[in-house]
Amino acid sequence: MAQMRHDSSAFFPSPQLVFKQLLGLMSEENGYMKALKCRECGREYPLTANHVCEFDFGPLEVAYDYDLIRNSLNREVISRRSNSMWRYRELLPVAKEPTVGLQVGYTPLVKADRLAKRLGIRELWIKNDTVNYPTLSFKDRVVSVALSRSKELGFDTVACASTGNLANSVAANAASAGLRAFVFIPADLEQGKIVNSLVYGPEVISIKGHYDEVNRLCAEIAGKYSWAFVNVNMRPYYAEGSKSMGFEIMEQLGWEIPKHTVVCMASGSLLTKIHKSYQEFSKLGIVDDSKYHIHGAQATGCSPITAAHKSSLDFFKPVKPDTIAKSLAIGTPADGFYALKVMRETAGHGDDVTDDEIREGIRLLAECEGIFAETAGGVTVGVAKKLIANGQIPKDDSAVLCITGNGLKTLDAVAAHVGRAKEIRPSLREFEALLSN
Amino acid sequence: MSTKVRIPTPLRKLTNNEELVEISAATVGEAIAELQTRYPGIQERLVDESGEIRRFVNVYVNEEDIRFLQNKDTPLNDNDEISIIPAIAGG
Repeated sequence: MAQMRHDSSAFFPSPQLVFKQLLGLMSEENGYMKALKCRECGREYPLTANHVCEFDFGPLEVAYDYDLIRNSLNREVISRRSNSMWRYRELLPVAKEPTVGLQVGYTPLVKADRLAKRLGIRELWIKNDTVNYPTLSFKDRVVSVALSRSKELGFDTVACASTGNLANSVAANAASAGLRAFVFIPADLEQGKIVNSLVYGPEVISIKGHYDEVNRLCAEIAGKYSWAFVNVNMRPYYAEGSKSMGFEIMEQLGWEIPKHTVVCMASGSLLTKIHKSYQEFSKLGIVDDSKYHIHGAQATGCSPITAAHKSSLDFFKPVKPDTIAKSLAIGTPADGFYALKVMRETAGHGDDVTDDEIREGIRLLAECEGIFAETAGGVTVGVAKKLIANGQIPKDDSAVLCITGNGLKTLDAVAAHVGRAKEIRPSLREFEALLSN
Repeated sequence: MSTKVRIPTPLRKLTNNEELVEISAATVGEAIAELQTRYPGIQERLVDESGEIRRFVNVYVNEEDIRFLQNKDTPLNDNDEISIIPAIAGG
C-alpha cells in the first residue's frame, strides 16, 4: 500500500508537493520578500538597492509574503534555533541564508527591580544592547542585515553616514566579511567612537559639519558611486534589522507584547521598527494581540520629534543639534513623520531630557543594574523617569526600556561627573584611615 | 542669474540623465517652475497638491536646508547651487 502511494505521487505530485516546489523556487530568488513598496503611494519596485519612490520620494519598504512565512515560522521553530537575531530570519530581508553577523543579537532582557524601585514602577525590564556582538550597540542588527543583503546583490564596497555606532558596526562587520568600507562621520564625534572605527581598517572620512550635513553629502555620493550605502540605497533592508530587537523582547517576556516600551530616537527608525515587529508577531499569531504604548525619547538639545509630538503636530521642524547625546543628534530625522504616527497610534508619549538629566540617567542605570550605557541610554532612562513620575506610564504597569549602546564608547560625556578614584600608598594604615573618614 | 541644480537619481529619467543642470531663477520656487518648463513632470514629483515641497524632499541652497532659510522664497544669487535630496536617508 505504501509502495502504491509512493508510485502514484511520483506521477501525480500532490498539491502540497507542488506548493513546496514553488516555495523552493521563490526562496531561491527572493526568500520571503515580495517587493520594495512605497510607504506613501504603494507603488512596487524590484528588490534592488533602492530606497526612494521615483514618483513622490516616499520611502521604500520591504513587503513580505506573510502567507508563506505563516507556514514556516512559529514559536517552536524559533525556540529550536541558535541564540541570535537570525532565529527570526523569515521576517528579515535576505533571500538566502545570512552571511554576515551570524552571532548578532539575542541580547539579555534584564529584570530591573532596583531601577524599578527608584523610578517608582511595578515592573521594569532593560533590553540590553550594550552587549550586542560585535560592536556593543543595536547597530550590529541593522548592519548584519544590510551587509548580508549587499553581498547577495553583488556589492564589494559598503558605506554609511554615521553618528558613531553605525560607523563602528559597518567597519567591524565589513572587515569580517572581507568588504571594502567607507564610513562618514561628523568631525566632532567622541574619540572612543572614532578609534572604534579606525581599528578595523576602513576609510574613515571625517566631515566638518553636523550629522545632517554628513547625511546630505552621503546621499549625493550614493547617487554617484555604485556602493552599498547601508542607510541610503540599502536602507529598506538595513532598517528591517531593528525589528529583531522587538522580536527578542516579546520572546524573552514569554511571548508577550510589553504594555509600555520606551525607545530613544535619532532618525526615529528603531521606534517604528519595534512597532512593526509587534504587529508582525501579532499578525502571524506568534503572540496574542494586545494593547501597547510606544514612547519616544530625545535629548532636549535635539528633540524635533518629541517637540512635534508634544505640540500635537504630525510633522516636525528641523533643528540644529546641540547635545552630549551625539548618537541621537539628527536634526532632520528621516523617519520623524512615521515615528510621530506610531506614538500617536499607540497612545504613546514623547519627552526630552537635558544633558545633566542624561548623565543622571546613565548613573541611575549603572548604580541600580550594573549596566553602563552610552548617552542615548541616559536619554531613555531619563525620559522613562519623567513619564513614570508624571503618570504617563502608570506606576502599576510594566515597561521595557531599549538601551541601545555601550557607555565605554562615550566616556568623554561622563568622565568629569563620576568622581575620582581615592589614591593611597600600599599601606593598611592609610586604607583604614580612608575608611574612617 | 545662473544657478546650478543637482538632480537626484530618482529624477534623472526626466532630465535625460543630466546630473547637473543650469537655470535662471530669483527664488527656489521659481527654480522649480523653471525646471518644470524645461523637464515637464518634474514639478509634481517635488511639490504636492497644495503647492508645498513634498514631505520627503529636502532642498538645499549652497548646502543649507531651505527650511532654515526662507523655504520656497529663499532668494538665489549668481552661482548658487541647489541640491535636491531624498529625505529618507540616514539614522
